[in-house]
Amino acid sequence: MSASTAAVGEESKNIWMGGVSPMNVSYGKLMMWFFLLSDAFTFSALLVAYGTIRFTYMAYEGTADAFAFSQEYWPIPEKVFEAAPFLHGVNLPLVFVGIMTFILIMSSVTMVLAVEAGQRMDKKAVEKWMLWTLLGGIAFLSCQAWEWTHFIVGTDDGSTLTNGTTLFGASLIVNQYGPPAFADFFFFITGFHGFHVFSGVMFNFLIFYWAVVGKFERVGHYEMVEKVGLYWHFVDLVWVFVFTFFYMV
Amino acid sequence: MDSNIEEQSSTIKVLPPNKEKIRRLWTIAGILGVITCVEFAIAFLWPDGALKIALFVGLTIVKAFYIVSEFMHLGHEVKVMIWSILLPLIFVIWLILALLIQGDSIFLLKY
Repeated sequence: MSASTAAVGEESKNIWMGGVSPMNVSYGKLMMWFFLLSDAFTFSALLVAYGTIRFTYMAYEGTADAFAFSQEYWPIPEKVFEAAPFLHGVNLPLVFVGIMTFILIMSSVTMVLAVEAGQRMDKKAVEKWMLWTLLGGIAFLSCQAWEWTHFIVGTDDGSTLTNGTTLFGASLIVNQYGPPAFADFFFFITGFHGFHVFSGVMFNFLIFYWAVVGKFERVGHYEMVEKVGLYWHFVDLVWVFVFTFFYMV
Repeated sequence: MDSNIEEQSSTIKVLPPNKEKIRRLWTIAGILGVITCVEFAIAFLWPDGALKIALFVGLTIVKAFYIVSEFMHLGHEVKVMIWSILLPLIFVIWLILALLIQGDSIFLLKY
């Protein structure tokens, strides 16, 4: 960097003509960024589509206390996601999702700490923080597995339709919480995000393994930790948006 | 050549932890945690309405800023790099406007 800033004038005009790296990042990191940009478009499309379809349905007008599931209007999320493991029947709106959010933020922090350790060639610290990151990712996936199970199985009472039949849980065709599209979006958005977490955990494990066998020491740098770190933070970033637009609004 | 690399790996210099940087990372983690708690409080205490949604969106963007700028280090990159990533997201703003208007129109046709 100092070399390129020193050579201002003639050289700086030709910054895009080769020989220097105008963006001052490695090829691999730049490509990871552009991949993440494309992935951001995919997730934006999913979340915006959720908003669009939600707008085509009636909103629930009454108070939160009087809320009941119906096929006629879009459900309010705090009434759908109000359960937590080991606390059957206890009304805990959005608490479990909040815990999941904290888990993911924490594993993002341990990832930056792994990156920081890699920058100073500290093999032991990279291993330690990658293990914590892995643990966070696996914990999040486990929470999501429980959340999906609860969503699919449904509540004790289910939801009784006007024709007298009672619906329990959810499938892609029909669900007890609201219009079919509600469960469809739940499965697609949290599922697509969960798949990203899953692949992130796989990549993190690979990084952990490579750190342990000393691959990065042989290469001479830990840049791969930074690249996979970018992916892992992106997964956290997407969850921040899913949390707001699927669970809070 | 090979022996050169071997020599390098046997003399790897481990630097001490950058205390200041690490402290800053934990501070940012704290900020993200606090914002999430605030969102949580707003969800239950604030009356429903446009302002509530605006608050959620605003706080989400603040969280996104910290994650992208600090955790992903984008805030410390070269300007060209920052804009190459941020500018294309204009299309997302277009998508939001276009599709929410679309959703509204479909609603009016249905009901």
